[in-house]
Amino acid sequence: MRLRLLALGLAIIAVALFPRAAGGYPVKLLQEILIWGIFAMSLDLLMGFAGMVSFGHAAFFGVGGYAAALALGAWGPGLGAGLALPAIAAAVVALVIGYFSIRVSGVYFIMLTLAFSQMFYAYAFQTAWLGAEDGLVGVPRPTVLGLDLAQPTAFHLYLLACAVLASLALWRIVRSPFGHVLVGIRENEARMRAVGYAVDRYKLVAFVIAGAIAGVSGALYTQFVGSITPDAFLWTTSGEALLMVIIGGTGTLGGAILGSAAFILLQSLVSSYTERWMLLLGVTFIVFVLFAPGGIVGTLRGRIGLRA
Amino acid sequence: MLVSDLFSQALNGLSYGVLLFLLSVGLTLIFGMLDVVNLAHGSFYMLGAYAGLTTIALTGNFWLALLAAPLAVGLVGAAMERLVLRPLYRRPPLDQVLLTFGFIYLFEDVVKAIWGGRIRSIRPPDVFASSVSLFGATVPSYRLFVIVFGLAVALLLWLLIERTRLGAVIRASVFDAEMTAGMGINTNLVFTGVFAFGAALGGLSGVIAGPIQSASPPMGATILVPALIVVVVGGLGSLKGSFVGSLLIGQAETFGKAWLPGASMVIIYVVMALVVLLRPQGLFGRPLR
Repeated sequence: MRLRLLALGLAIIAVALFPRAAGGYPVKLLQEILIWGIFAMSLDLLMGFAGMVSFGHAAFFGVGGYAAALALGAWGPGLGAGLALPAIAAAVVALVIGYFSIRVSGVYFIMLTLAFSQMFYAYAFQTAWLGAEDGLVGVPRPTVLGLDLAQPTAFHLYLLACAVLASLALWRIVRSPFGHVLVGIRENEARMRAVGYAVDRYKLVAFVIAGAIAGVSGALYTQFVGSITPDAFLWTTSGEALLMVIIGGTGTLGGAILGSAAFILLQSLVSSYTERWMLLLGVTFIVFVLFAPGGIVGTLRGRIGLRA
Repeated sequence: MLVSDLFSQALNGLSYGVLLFLLSVGLTLIFGMLDVVNLAHGSFYMLGAYAGLTTIALTGNFWLALLAAPLAVGLVGAAMERLVLRPLYRRPPLDQVLLTFGFIYLFEDVVKAIWGGRIRSIRPPDVFASSVSLFGATVPSYRLFVIVFGLAVALLLWLLIERTRLGAVIRASVFDAEMTAGMGINTNLVFTGVFAFGAALGGLSGVIAGPIQSASPPMGATILVPALIVVVVGGLGSLKGSFVGSLLIGQAETFGKAWLPGASMVIIYVVMALVVLLRPQGLFGRPLR
């Protein structure tokens, strides 16, 4: 345990100091890994712990992104506009989608979440005040504690802080009694119901928490790129998060970050050689599901007897 | 609103609904059999459209495309079931859904690689290239053909499944695969056959849709969502549900576009949300839980 904490601390310091050692492009990749890592971890809370596989997680990513773009434009560069409001907006949307979707489970849940997220895509794509198909551009970065995040080092540390906080929060949640109830629901929903847990309420709360954190990652993404387009809502965005969770290992949280790193490094490596990125994604999906359903973490645990 | 406008809207909705039926019935058949939602079903639709395009480019014959494309897509489906889905039957159903999700990416990029990314369209057959006047409304005759063709397919499917020996075997395999195997029926073959048949229906709907909606690589993922909504509304695994759901969603979409253009893209989702609220298993679905 102490060894793991030490390793984790060193990793955080290494990420913090990375911009001093590396050039612009690797730093951008690392920042992308942090942002998508947060997004994938929030999905893993649903998939890996509550057993609710959402194929529409992009809805919350996109809502967070659009909320940040609108709020930062309208109210200036505060942290409320940059993070709090997007999280709340995504939580509210998650509450509504969740209210309908948790009434059903299994494949119905998959279909409902997928369909609802595509509704947001269709809406954003055709709506003038959201910039229609061009989205919202020229989004400023917020100022935190007097630090102007337009400055690269400050932004890097801000992303790292957000990623660490999100990880800590999720880690606390899955270790809490609440988290154990979620695992119980995943393992045997009927029994948890019979024991007297308000299963639907637990599921809804998990869905809203995951939605809020996904909203934060969307907001960070908007600040990172400086714009947001309807593609944030597209099924491929949900698919990328799903793939990251699967690559890393479902139900491990840390695996989501690993998966995000593997995904983004692979993408940057491959995109300079070939245009067939989607094909590669599809094949990766298929190969991992067929041959390594436990992902990187699960496979490692099985092979070398590494314990959680 | 004029009666003739109303009539032509209703016909548009009906032809779209029939198209959705051809698509969603394959989805629901496959689900009924394998308990798997095949998220790559929209990709079968796309593959059908492109296979149709190529057949027409080679032979100039639409009717041949209507035959060849479903055959080709059915073969793709059979291969997919046999090679990658079958090893997963003993795993949690989620793994199979994730697998089919991966195939959306795969098929979309394969189509892009073979046919390119630009938007193309299938010319309707010459017989149905013109329009006819019905109750004061001008209706493209191809749309009438789609309606008649779709209804005929629905009737044939119903006869096949409810009135033939093959249909009885399929229903038995859906109900209890192990027992059916014990009666000396090769259920593996039935599973592959039904998956291929469902895929072929998806391919068929792609060719039929070609002259109405143009073909482009993202079409598979795009059409998937209305198809999923249809099966949620109608009830997964129910042929009747797929039929009623398709016609309902077809009309909701068409009339929504005409009457509430601002909210048109949201209407079918509202219908879906209402059904989930009032009847979670869908209009004709088996009760959940």
